[in-house]
Amino acid sequence: MRFVDEFRSPELISKTAEEIRRLAGSERHYRMMEVCGGHTHAIYRFGLKDILPENIELIHGPGCPVCVLPMGRIDDGLALAQDPNVIFAAFGDMMRVPGTQGSPLEHKARGMDVRIVYSPSDALKLARLNPERHVIFFAIGFETTAPSTALTLMRAKAEGIRNFSVFCNHVTIIPAMRAILAAPDMRLEAFIGPGHVSTVIGCRPYEWIAKAEHKPIVVSGFEPLDILQSVVMLLRQLNAGEAKVENQYKRVVPWEGNASALKAMAEVFALRPHFEWRGMGFIPESALSLREEYAEWDTERRFTVPGIRVTDPKAAQCGEVLRGVLKPHQCKLFGRECTPERPVGALMVSSEGSCAAYYNYEHRKATAPSALTMIA
Amino acid sequence: MCLAIPGKIIEVSSLISDPSGHGSSWSPSSGLVEVAGVRRRIDLGLLEDDKPVPGDWVLIHVGFAMSKISEQDAADQMNTLRMLGEIDGAMQEVEGYGLEDVN
Repeated sequence: MRFVDEFRSPELISKTAEEIRRLAGSERHYRMMEVCGGHTHAIYRFGLKDILPENIELIHGPGCPVCVLPMGRIDDGLALAQDPNVIFAAFGDMMRVPGTQGSPLEHKARGMDVRIVYSPSDALKLARLNPERHVIFFAIGFETTAPSTALTLMRAKAEGIRNFSVFCNHVTIIPAMRAILAAPDMRLEAFIGPGHVSTVIGCRPYEWIAKAEHKPIVVSGFEPLDILQSVVMLLRQLNAGEAKVENQYKRVVPWEGNASALKAMAEVFALRPHFEWRGMGFIPESALSLREEYAEWDTERRFTVPGIRVTDPKAAQCGEVLRGVLKPHQCKLFGRECTPERPVGALMVSSEGSCAAYYNYEHRKATAPSALTMIA
Repeated sequence: MCLAIPGKIIEVSSLISDPSGHGSSWSPSSGLVEVAGVRRRIDLGLLEDDKPVPGDWVLIHVGFAMSKISEQDAADQMNTLRMLGEIDGAMQEVEGYGLEDVN
């Protein structure tokens, strides 16, 4: 019960849960995907699955940037950082992600100059502070992070800082959703849309999902009440046979997105013809590279990148879990060979990965009912 | 990485002074924010169309303000981070901005 008093509007959560039960009162089975890893984490942490009726199934989507990064890209980045003149800078999230020869943190322990930064602008600062070295910033993330990398590159160019480059692994969410919808085993009916990606891209880029695919999508916040309200909005649409884009997270997400952020991205980035997603294979126009004007700050143009390709272990069924065909615990490796401490598959790596979230929180169900179950 | 950190704008300026002695670097827009008592400089360049002023609350992602929010939403977001068990990670991130406590 320790969380109960801390939730915003517990009485409203209770009412919303009741409304969900009423709306889902039929025999119908509802399959919804939460696209964003932050939502996946929140759903498990808050025990939201416990208060949803059994005929509402939440499928965990690909919106965890660490999880979808192919191991070969990590190997590529670390291979470049073997050069003693190079400082390898990356977000803390990346540090434990395994490459074939170990994670960035393990490479650091072996003497590689690996630095954690919390902002791309601090990677640029490292370059300013170490003019005799070259700083490679290992950039990851969806549209939430890409504008910050873009602005940092604009600053590097404006200041003429040439000992800095970006190894760009930024990906975009829409093509991944397109790939999921196009998969032959796709059985999804609706989407809980990402919250903070949408502060940048707005809601319009989702319109094709409603219009062409006839699937409802609701952009959602991260609080328990936000997610439950989004489920209500989706159920109302599904029951009425409608398919619209709706914005539950209006207090943060403008319908048109963030124009400054989109402008910075357009200035710096171009779409790659295709990019490999871990567990999902190559997806066309799903990732960003630096434009010609920024070639001097592009790690892939400044250095010879080995282009390492690593096949995921066959037994790991990350792709099936990502597409919602399998539950995390249905994978053959789950909880045995593959754990958050020693991840084999991509989805076990980050707290936003569905396997790690499932592993960390699902066992609580067995020991005690969640706080939300009590108030709902 | 999807979670954002709420902060209050304390000061807005266009110059990031570099304490290392390597001179100052000009940034079109930066600001001092306070997150749970910790003050750090962040980049406001992604809010050029809707510039925040001191006293405004913003959501911060990787050292950049991404959107303006209300004070109540900021408090709710802080609470969400706490409930998600992400508050320590969030504060570690904020404290690390500007390479203050790392490297």
